[in-house]
Amino acid sequence: MTAGETHQAIEAIFRIERARLISGLARLVRNVDLAEELVQDALVIALSEWSRTGVPANPGAWLMTVAKRRAIDAIRRDKMRERKHEEIARELDGECDRTAEGNEMAMNDDLGDELLGLIFTACHPILSADARAALTLRVIGGLTTDEIARAFLSSEVTIAQRIVRAKRTIGKAGLSFEVPRGAERAVRLSSVLEVIYLIFNEGYAATAGDDLVRPGLCLEAQRLGRMLAGLMAEDAEVFGLLALMEIQASRLPARIGPDGALLTLTEQNRARWDRLLIRRGLDALARAEALGGDGPYVLQAALAACHARARSPADTDWPRIAALYDRLRAVMPSPVVDLNRAVAHSMAFGPEAGLRLVDEIADAAALRNYAPLSAARGDFLFRAGRLAEARAEFEAAAKLTRNAREAAFLLARADACG
Amino acid sequence: MRVMVLVKATEDSEKGFLPTPEAKEAMEAMGKFNDELRNAGILLDADGLKPSSQGKRVTFDGPRRTVIDGPFAETRELVAGFWLWEVKDMDEAVAWVKRCPNPMPGPSEIEIRPLYEMADWQWESDAGGHGNP
Repeated sequence: MTAGETHQAIEAIFRIERARLISGLARLVRNVDLAEELVQDALVIALSEWSRTGVPANPGAWLMTVAKRRAIDAIRRDKMRERKHEEIARELDGECDRTAEGNEMAMNDDLGDELLGLIFTACHPILSADARAALTLRVIGGLTTDEIARAFLSSEVTIAQRIVRAKRTIGKAGLSFEVPRGAERAVRLSSVLEVIYLIFNEGYAATAGDDLVRPGLCLEAQRLGRMLAGLMAEDAEVFGLLALMEIQASRLPARIGPDGALLTLTEQNRARWDRLLIRRGLDALARAEALGGDGPYVLQAALAACHARARSPADTDWPRIAALYDRLRAVMPSPVVDLNRAVAHSMAFGPEAGLRLVDEIADAAALRNYAPLSAARGDFLFRAGRLAEARAEFEAAAKLTRNAREAAFLLARADACG
Repeated sequence: MRVMVLVKATEDSEKGFLPTPEAKEAMEAMGKFNDELRNAGILLDADGLKPSSQGKRVTFDGPRRTVIDGPFAETRELVAGFWLWEVKDMDEAVAWVKRCPNPMPGPSEIEIRPLYEMADWQWESDAGGHGNP
């Protein structure tokens, strides 16, 4: 192996180990910044040692041992040595008496819990959703500040500051890097799931001309979702979110037309859907349902699954979709859910059912001057044979949308009303 | 990127699974490795294949189709099992394979093959969203 190849191999090992090293150290030193620094130092040492000696049998344990030694040095050098720090140093001394093999065993035991603790801390509700996403991608995903900035169409300085501030907030709040228990756990978990889905959607919003880092966010979010499913095997919403992401990602190869425009589910060539991701999504959904899941992510995944199961748009099980929207509306009330529910009912039970539901919600403030509402209403009226009214709705919708392609489509539908 | 990680067959694996204490131990070690892959979020799929004595081959020559029953020779070229992983690059895949316990009682081999992706099919006329996974 050349020096360059060795270097690459060590970098790859490091990428695999990084998140769990940071999570183990962060819990010890109660400081994400210091933990990251210690891990970076350990890499530098590994690069010089392993180039001479070769990669040890347990590289993760080796890196952890080195990083913990550096942690003691760092704390001892710290002039503002408080009692708390001395306690940590004593604890660390004990840890370092273990051999690398001992560290390996300890790491395997704590691994899941420590990693989970770091995920929960990076996604703590005291941080803004943007800060949580940036910090999670940095410490768990291992993305560089530059990559995160490009992915979120932001500047490197902005992201760097966001991460620094987030770390400072965590330090000031004295967070323990533990996995929350009891009632707090549910609240904190929804904060974690929200961040992962935010990362996924940012990637899903990427278009053909974008930097490849952006669509890469979907993969990153899926990876986080799979990690979480491995670490929290008893939580239905974790599997619900994973199922939702896998099924949505299965459509990524099919959703952009030759002219670069987004295609609707009906327009997509379903042969292009990724069968492996659909199967993984359906498996995750089955697991969520077996766990008794009935939360927002499980229901959204169940909706996505109805489309994934249909070989063609005509095979779609609309009555089931309508029933799922009835339930989703109860756990995740929103005007957009209401509108989608009206569309589902129109597909399942006819345009009159859709019109009835859409008229119930037409006065909601969020839906006033909302193009999709007028477009949906136009579609229901058209299918009910009320062509003059349909034409007026389509024209209104065309005026409301800011998307030129959509406006052209709506005007064509208005014309078709005769 | 997606890679298929192929565990090559050996004379042992071609004999089929025997529930010996050694085999049980090896399966436990492999189970632990699979947990690691799962918790790292890279494991998409995995399965083991029965010996080639239970397999068949169909050969093609113009319009002719000939069915050949197993077992097949060249044992070391046969596949005994596979994983599908989602990794950042081949280096990461190699690093993971290196920490896999030896899948066989004796010397053995694991092969890593990247899968074709959307970006590899840009010439296709209706390839929607090329370069956009």
